[in-house]
Amino acid sequence: MPSLPGVGYSEEINKIEIQLESLKGRKDSAGAAWKTVQLARRQDRPLALDYIKHTFPDFAELHGDRLRGDDPAIVGGMATFDGRTIMIVGQQKGHDLKERQFRNFGMPRPEGYRKAQRLALLAQKFQMPVVTLVDTPGAFPGAEAEEGGQAGAISRTLRVFARLSVPTVAVVIGEGGSGGALALALCDRVYMLENAIYSVSTPEACSAILWRDAGQASQAAEALRLTAVDLYRLGVIDLVIPEPRMGAHKHHRATAKVVARQVEAGLREIEAVSPEERLRARRRKFLAMGMLAPADTKL
Amino acid sequence: MNQPVTVQITSKEPPVSEAMPESLEPRCSECHASLTREQLKAALEVCPHCGHHFPLNAVERVAQLADPGTWREVGGDLQPSDPLDFYDSRAYVDRLAEAQLETGLSEAMLAGVCRLGGRRVALGVMDFRFLGGSMGSVVGERFSQLVAAAIDEAVPLVVVTASGGARMQEGILSLMQMAKTVVALDMLADHSLPFISVLTHPTTGGVLASFATLADVMLAEPGALLLFAGPRVIEQTTREKLPPGFGRSESSLVHGQIDLVVQRRDLKRQIAQLLALLEGGVRCDIEPIRPDSEVVPRGSGSLAQAVARAKKLALTSRGWLFGRDQQDRDPT
Ligand SMILES: [Zn+2]
Repeated sequence: MPSLPGVGYSEEINKIEIQLESLKGRKDSAGAAWKTVQLARRQDRPLALDYIKHTFPDFAELHGDRLRGDDPAIVGGMATFDGRTIMIVGQQKGHDLKERQFRNFGMPRPEGYRKAQRLALLAQKFQMPVVTLVDTPGAFPGAEAEEGGQAGAISRTLRVFARLSVPTVAVVIGEGGSGGALALALCDRVYMLENAIYSVSTPEACSAILWRDAGQASQAAEALRLTAVDLYRLGVIDLVIPEPRMGAHKHHRATAKVVARQVEAGLREIEAVSPEERLRARRRKFLAMGMLAPADTKL
Repeated sequence: MNQPVTVQITSKEPPVSEAMPESLEPRCSECHASLTREQLKAALEVCPHCGHHFPLNAVERVAQLADPGTWREVGGDLQPSDPLDFYDSRAYVDRLAEAQLETGLSEAMLAGVCRLGGRRVALGVMDFRFLGGSMGSVVGERFSQLVAAAIDEAVPLVVVTASGGARMQEGILSLMQMAKTVVALDMLADHSLPFISVLTHPTTGGVLASFATLADVMLAEPGALLLFAGPRVIEQTTREKLPPGFGRSESSLVHGQIDLVVQRRDLKRQIAQLLALLEGGVRCDIEPIRPDSEVVPRGSGSLAQAVARAKKLALTSRGWLFGRDQQDRDPT
């Protein structure tokens, strides 16, 4: 597991790794990936604002990108956590149709990404760690979003997070959909809930492209390797956060507590190293991503 | 209600305009004028009648931009792998092998250090023929090595993009190449080395949403499709037909997303000129602002006196404006 020198948290990690081992068997059964996709998308699953409600009683929400508008698909603000102020930025899908429409189903527009950048830079100015909660099917693919610079809004958010001098932790709490999710996940630590997914494209889209049939989504979900355990194996995330029995949607408060404990531990670990070393480690982490054929292989 | 199905970082759109077919009587796909191979080649693969820019492959592009005999490849030995053991209607390894055979390239980006108009640059060129120019682990690594070469040799970076986005068959590792290229560029920025991106048809998805839009200066060829999501997905989402020209270079220019639309015949000259300007800035070392008390007027005569007077005035007004602050700082 990639980890920085600093405060150890090995006991907890061991415990989770044991739980992870027991998960592996289950996840390999047929259709398991698709079941996870459905769990990750449940409307009654705890959403960003639920974690905020249960974990940060003094959360002060901040709005707007100072350029054009305020995007309800991305929520953010400050709160006290473990004895200091932190900045929280999360994607919010909504629990019912009305909220989901208001939140645009958690699909951010450029304004949302610019709000995230603004809050991250504000956090840096006042030396607050940044915690992100990732839960989106993807950035909004609308005509206005395109003309408003959706691609550049995402790339510049990535650049801001790449350069932040403060500690950053991302938790994929539901659906981590492609670049729209990654924009909030270029962090020192990336954690994922057991039944969350994180992928390069939605299984539906992948299936429409590669199988020319959106009905093969379940097969695509398997092929994409999008479960938390898959991503841990691929070295993309640092830790799988186990969910309570039956899944997070049954126990919002308990899930929020587990997530809070892990974020607390993660932040302490990262805060123990100097900003310079933190930046170096973050760069190393993301520069190492990917898999190449061994030298002098020819297909 | 089901949420709309969305696609972001994907290579789903078939290339909108194919390279000129090698048929007996080739015609321009835009204006239908008949053309000969020789005519097209002489016009850098641009229709002499309507100005339509046909796609270039990476080798042709390097030949147009690099000064002859100066190209030295970077990261050429990197080979793709199949990390997910991916199989759709065909195995990923078969698709890779076929793409390599068809293009003569090992991957969707060709990278090297060369001279461009006499100026040394690190040049990356993407090739849409190679699995839609999609960005897998090799493209990300080659990009990072190219940035490292630019830093090593203290030369600017120029990257010509043509990409449908992510390499679906490498799954999440493909998505992570977005983060990887952004981090690599961050290191380039540490060295204040310029980066120019040239967006060509089409540049979409994860490439547009990562390194391509982080350039100091962004150029685009005429008529290039530059979108985060594909037009089909946008039409599905908005349930409206998109206007002609939507998402093309000219529209991106109007919406403030790129700096210039450049004709292919002017591209090399334009890049060289911009690099000369970017690198020609006088390096002015600005002194950090220090508290007034540390500033001692230098020299003598009326100027120094005037400065001292101004300082005194400034201090007085500061004390008046920030009286409480001053007291906090000097408790006497
Ligand atoms: Zn023509």
